[in-house]
Amino acid sequence: MNSASATTERSARSRAGPWNAGEEDRPVLSVHELKKYFRLSGGLFGAARGYVQAVDGVSFSVSKGETLGVVGESGCGKSTTARLLIRLIKPDQGRILLDGQDVDGPNGISVRALRHQVQMVFQDSYASLNPRHTAAEEVSFGLSAQGVARAEARNRAKQVLDFVGLDPGVFADRYPHELSGGQRQRVNIARALAINPRVLILDEAVSSLDKSVEAQVLNLLIDIKNRLGLTYVFISHDLNVVQFVSDRVLVMYLGKVVEIGPVEKVYRSAGHPYTRALIASRLSMNPRRRIAAPPVMGDLPSPINPPSGCRFRTRCPIAEPVCAENEPLLAAVGDDSLHVAACHAMAPRSGHSLAPVPMSRTASASGA
Amino acid sequence: MTADRPGPADRPAPPLLEVWELSVRFGFGVSALGAVNGVDFRLELGETLCLLGESGSGKTVTMRALIRLLPPTAQITGRIVLDGIDVMALDDDGIQALRGTKVSMIFQDPLTALDPVFTIGSQIAETIVCHTGLSYSAARARALEFLEMVQIPSARRRLDAYPHELSGGLRQLAMIALALSCRPKLLLADEPTTALDATVQIQILLLLRELQRELGMATIFVTHDLSVACEIADRVAVMYAGRFVETGTIAEVIDSPRHPHTIGLFGSTVHAGTHDGLLTPIPGAPPDPSDMPPGCAFAPRCPRVAPACNERIPELTEFAPGRQARCPRITES
Repeated sequence: MNSASATTERSARSRAGPWNAGEEDRPVLSVHELKKYFRLSGGLFGAARGYVQAVDGVSFSVSKGETLGVVGESGCGKSTTARLLIRLIKPDQGRILLDGQDVDGPNGISVRALRHQVQMVFQDSYASLNPRHTAAEEVSFGLSAQGVARAEARNRAKQVLDFVGLDPGVFADRYPHELSGGQRQRVNIARALAINPRVLILDEAVSSLDKSVEAQVLNLLIDIKNRLGLTYVFISHDLNVVQFVSDRVLVMYLGKVVEIGPVEKVYRSAGHPYTRALIASRLSMNPRRRIAAPPVMGDLPSPINPPSGCRFRTRCPIAEPVCAENEPLLAAVGDDSLHVAACHAMAPRSGHSLAPVPMSRTASASGA
Repeated sequence: MTADRPGPADRPAPPLLEVWELSVRFGFGVSALGAVNGVDFRLELGETLCLLGESGSGKTVTMRALIRLLPPTAQITGRIVLDGIDVMALDDDGIQALRGTKVSMIFQDPLTALDPVFTIGSQIAETIVCHTGLSYSAARARALEFLEMVQIPSARRRLDAYPHELSGGLRQLAMIALALSCRPKLLLADEPTTALDATVQIQILLLLRELQRELGMATIFVTHDLSVACEIADRVAVMYAGRFVETGTIAEVIDSPRHPHTIGLFGSTVHAGTHDGLLTPIPGAPPDPSDMPPGCAFAPRCPRVAPACNERIPELTEFAPGRQARCPRITES
């Protein structure tokens, strides 16, 4: 009974969220200098052969009620970041803060408490469901683990299934193999929602679905967010989908954040050459105006020995010697402090020939 | 079905590929399920046809049936004439000789399509030796030529690379080099860019377009992605439940989609312009092949359904030159 009332209390809190104006701008979730290196064993006596620098010094924050889109090529560390956020893997360095409280820190909250508030939906809807659990069992499992009585958990599961558009009378007792891809992803979303989280991490949640089903699930996600006042971290390689759902977008390249900003600004006037290439590689949907030349050549370099300085310099059209020497830091693009990019060509006094010249002579240099 | 086949008078030379009433059923007897239910089309040299549809619509099975690359439980019926050869009449040796020389195929997942225990160079050389009878060293030289043609960086070094040593994009390039190594007249491409990142996808699409122009081959390209079709296709055939529901040139289909399924696909696709509001998805899910609706397979999801739609399967009718749609209400609007 106790824990059941705790659940309702939490639900009341999360529903009250969006109307609580004072908290609007405070970040719900933020990370500082997050680092995760995966060790490559296989040397003599299992000695490390090297480290995959999957996530290397990533910092960002997500405000209440917003959708942060995360884009980048495969291997850039977006999924590792997602897993770090919910502590499926432990960071080597860095802090994760939920409502300003350190997760797993000395005076902070436990990982268990983090997962009460932050839930995740994975790409592979089949692999992320237990094949021996029916939809209702799957959704109620988290509640039971929190100590909610079985019958009550099951009732709540049915409510949530109904909420994500699955008629509980039809679907509650179905096993994953009896569901279509879109229905399975709805069960995954229902499972994530069952314990009333405030933040959902969606790791390529619509990527493996057919277009018509993808549209249904995207609509559902937008609808849920508006009704429950949730905060999303939406990870996808599909730039159009990210533009469609996100308020802000974060661009990753080889474990680093290269650009963060409001979605329309980033898509219209990106600061980083990688972001520009990524956006230009979107297909046009216009057979009369086909793309004539690839916006960027080659693949992502290996994250085991990433290039020195700026990691994008090996594929960058405007790379200069300075890019190999110093690592660029995130700096404001134009005069908007919310839109930042890590490129020497954007940063004043970086030594790059395209860098803006501070103050007096800006006009003459901006043409370059 | 006859609408698909213009009279012999308007085309003096026979096209590279002609397909009549192609059907593929899996299983035995009455429980057999139709994956492809009567597909007719023709393809000229140098032309790209895109088969567009969602998973389960029969697009891959249609393509694989053209070279009979299906498990033995598949019953293929219909007539396929490729470059004057009746594909359905070939024996096992004949079909083996056809694959790789006249037709070759590239797959969605190059890691499973390439052999993990042989180097890229030896796999390409083996194919060339097998089909042309060249010596191994000459074949290896030709393998290098093809790796250079697909613009693999440091191609000479990649000859001795194993598939797992290459990135996804390079693997796909290696598979394209392998497929083209015997200069086929028809290239079958099964979602070759779906598993790739956007930046690599556009490189592969541009390369395929360029190679096709250079080599003058015909291509059948299977995809579920309208925007990929926009980049590569000359003509499109939209498939649903094992049948063509709409055909036309890519520009015509994009400008004025006529079948409700095609229109629904447009509404569901997030493209650069869509930002605010919601999408307009197609309600419901594709039909179960063991429990097909009696009439139009799309009728249960169709916003324009009429009583006639549930009675019998509509014909694929030509409503404008080169434009066909399988919808009884197409002439109304």
